Amino acid sequence: MAEIFVLAEHRQGALRDITFEMLTKAREIAEKTNANLTAVLLGKNVKEHAKTLAEYAKNVLLIEDSRLENFNSDVYHKVLSHLIRQRKPVLTIIGHTSYGVELAPRLAAALNIPLATDCIDFDFEGERFTVTRQIYGGKVNAKVVLRKSESYMVTLRQAAFQAKKPPMPLNGQIEEIQPPLIEEVTAKRFLEYVPPPPGGVDITAASVLVGIGRGVKDQSNIPIVEELAKSLGGVLACSRPVVDKGWLPNDRQVGTSGKIVKPKLYIALGISGAFQHVLGMKNSDLIIAVNKDPKAPIFSFSDYGIVEDLFKIVPALKNKINELKAQKVT
Amino acid sequence: MDIIVCVKHVPETAEAELKIDATGKGIEKTGLVFDINEWDDYALEEAVRIKEKFGGTVTAITVGPEDSDNTLRKCLARGADKAIRVTDSKFAGSDAYATAKILYSVIRNMHFDLILTGAQAGDDGSAVVGPVLAEFLGVPHATMVKKIVLDGDKAIVNRELEGGFEERLEVKLPALFTVQTGINEPRYVSIMGIRKAMQKEIKVMRLADIGLSENDVGETGSWLVIEKLYLPPVEKQTEFLKGSPDEIAAKVIEILKSRGLI
Repeated sequence: MAEIFVLAEHRQGALRDITFEMLTKAREIAEKTNANLTAVLLGKNVKEHAKTLAEYAKNVLLIEDSRLENFNSDVYHKVLSHLIRQRKPVLTIIGHTSYGVELAPRLAAALNIPLATDCIDFDFEGERFTVTRQIYGGKVNAKVVLRKSESYMVTLRQAAFQAKKPPMPLNGQIEEIQPPLIEEVTAKRFLEYVPPPPGGVDITAASVLVGIGRGVKDQSNIPIVEELAKSLGGVLACSRPVVDKGWLPNDRQVGTSGKIVKPKLYIALGISGAFQHVLGMKNSDLIIAVNKDPKAPIFSFSDYGIVEDLFKIVPALKNKINELKAQKVT
Repeated sequence: MDIIVCVKHVPETAEAELKIDATGKGIEKTGLVFDINEWDDYALEEAVRIKEKFGGTVTAITVGPEDSDNTLRKCLARGADKAIRVTDSKFAGSDAYATAKILYSVIRNMHFDLILTGAQAGDDGSAVVGPVLAEFLGVPHATMVKKIVLDGDKAIVNRELEGGFEERLEVKLPALFTVQTGINEPRYVSIMGIRKAMQKEIKVMRLADIGLSENDVGETGSWLVIEKLYLPPVEKQTEFLKGSPDEIAAKVIEILKSRGLI
């Protein structure tokens, strides 16, 4: 029977959400194609995770080795190459995370398996294996056909699928495998985790966030938007380009590489809506987006959209708020 | 330190309205401004900084049509010493995998201590070229690198993880790193730099020069073939607020009031 591999991702003692998202999508494909769903778990002292995965997959392949204690793509590469050559899964699913990005392309090239990265969907369509990816920063979707092969590999975008438990736990069989005899990896060595620097502001605690992006144009414009945030009793947050340019510190960044926020109000100013940012804010209670580009992806995630220059809207809004406050005082 | 930087000439699409072209497999390029891929810009800057500190050379390489010379000129103006454009009509339809093969076939004959590329490209966003190129060359790699500290025959790099975390790795040189944005602040190019760059030679190589066959490149040499492009379906029906800025602001205030937010 055909087999589908899902590489379980875990970090510092916890399975990551992407693992369950992958398993959810994989279960759907496995049912459709009558394939066996196998979770692959590499690590050290991760037996507890294997039990959790067994609720979601028919098989769990568990390999424990001290060299797998921290993620090192070279070690993962060696172990997975061995496993994939041996069991020839029709499909291997890896998260499009910092780990997957490091591991999957090289693994696929070494095994000569066609790989599509950062997929938001994928499927077997008869003889073909197709995927959906987003290109041009999420502005365009591409349906892509992979070169015909016995085996395929994808990396799945985070939060592309909502993780769902199987209606009944699958009670998968845990198969503990001896690590293949691999030579010592010396070219690349994990040293340590570096936590984010302690920040002055906790944007996850704010009930109102004004998020700014590339559209803010210049650092000298920051006070203008910050004033708006303050007048709403909120805090200034931002998307990646603002941090990259050094206009705001890291702890203000909303998105996969920053913070996940869920305020009562999120006002997105000049943010195009790259998925990394959207993932961090799309569950806010109310989202109002201001952007000059009517096709900006952010509008697909907003309750209210304003197609206009943010520097026209921000002063107008501030005036109205000031008027309101003045009325309250008198 | 001899450093190779792989760059890509891409359209700037963050603030542009995109239309699918008549083939349904590409976007209409007219009216779009092309420039160096944002991530590659940081990779180039990092390469030039390393050269300034340790000496050596920086060579910029691109796979692309003649227009890509603009991006290579920018690299030369910023401090790259040499530039190579690999070009052939047979390359059309090459995906990241085929592109990595093309780059490999050029780079395997060159000396390098370090290869830097952007973590991904702003057009296809696949994040594949760098690690696949490292596999072909048989050198270690690290992706999404936010910091590089060179120490003799090794580098200590910080890789970006999710949630503000990074991990620190030690990687033996020669190696390939894909660079994440924000690692540095790319410098402005002086007029003098641009003038000098105009006089430098851009070496052009074609399929016949790099020892690959037609089947290695283009759609036949690729993992992926685009079947169609389409605009993403809307996830949430946005209500667009219209009017003058004042009118829009008044509407926003009403919405916020009705939700008890002010």
